[in-house]
Amino acid sequence: MDPLDRQIINTLQGDFPVCARPFAAVAERLDTTEEMVIAHIAALLQAGVLSRFGPMYDAERMGGAFTLAALSVPEDEFDHVAAIVNGLPQVAHNYRREHPLNLWFVLAAETPDAIERTLADIERRTGLPIYNLPKLDEFYIGLRFEI
Amino acid sequence: MKTPLDNIDRQIVLATQGGLPLVAQPYHTIAAQIGRDPEEVMARLRRLLAQGVIRRIGVVPNHYALGFTANGMTVWDVDDARIAEIGPRVGALESVSHCYHRPRHPPHWPYNLFAMVHGRSREEVENKTAQIARLIGNASHGHQILYSTRILKKTGLRFGASPENTQRVESSTQS
Repeated sequence: MDPLDRQIINTLQGDFPVCARPFAAVAERLDTTEEMVIAHIAALLQAGVLSRFGPMYDAERMGGAFTLAALSVPEDEFDHVAAIVNGLPQVAHNYRREHPLNLWFVLAAETPDAIERTLADIERRTGLPIYNLPKLDEFYIGLRFEI
Repeated sequence: MKTPLDNIDRQIVLATQGGLPLVAQPYHTIAAQIGRDPEEVMARLRRLLAQGVIRRIGVVPNHYALGFTANGMTVWDVDDARIAEIGPRVGALESVSHCYHRPRHPPHWPYNLFAMVHGRSREEVENKTAQIARLIGNASHGHQILYSTRILKKTGLRFGASPENTQRVESSTQS
């Protein structure tokens, strides 16, 4: 990774300009050329250092309902239960975590009712009590990785 | 909080949620794709940013590729009366990527504040967690770090054209 790559990662996680020639505007800030900025972002995406480039939308502002839920899954049933949860289209993310509550997943559906039905469905199919932890308030969302 | 989007907004979302084109005039390319004027597309993007429908525009690093392999969900049992004051201060910390108030489930789950912390090692996550603990002080009655050990599914949220699929938008994710 060269100095321009680092500058791109450290200064361009937000504030990408909305104007006719945004890469030229960034190039001026970073003391380089429009072509270099485009080429470096393309290479970082290609290498998987960046997972995406563009607008980050807040899904909840656009409609739909969301929640975070957790299960405490016995070790010998873990793969089976994880497969049940993963198989539901409403499950957007699912993580294993080191804790008695060892399965954590985000549900996204069109309506709060659909979230409730999905939670009930998971309880019925796994026989495990579900911890429903919907967001009550959001204090900050932003990934600011400095390298 | 919902923000009603009109049809043109939706077309812009669909055209940009996968990323912006890497060309000198990316907004002109998007405008041509959906058959609108570039100035209108840019004005709408600025409005969506101001409304918070777009959180930000920029690069999204893959934190694993950058070496941030330790991902801890720190959870805190904070006095209810103080969470509105403390939450924004925790969220503002450089080391915290997401911060939420969520309901407790007593007796087994007393925690009501969630703060995601990423580090190059667990030691780094623990140091950052200690910093949060100092900030919260005696308003916290206990905390834990839940490390993720496996990503079992990560499809992201995408906004789709079909009725069954209308609220799926790439958004910041918890890991």
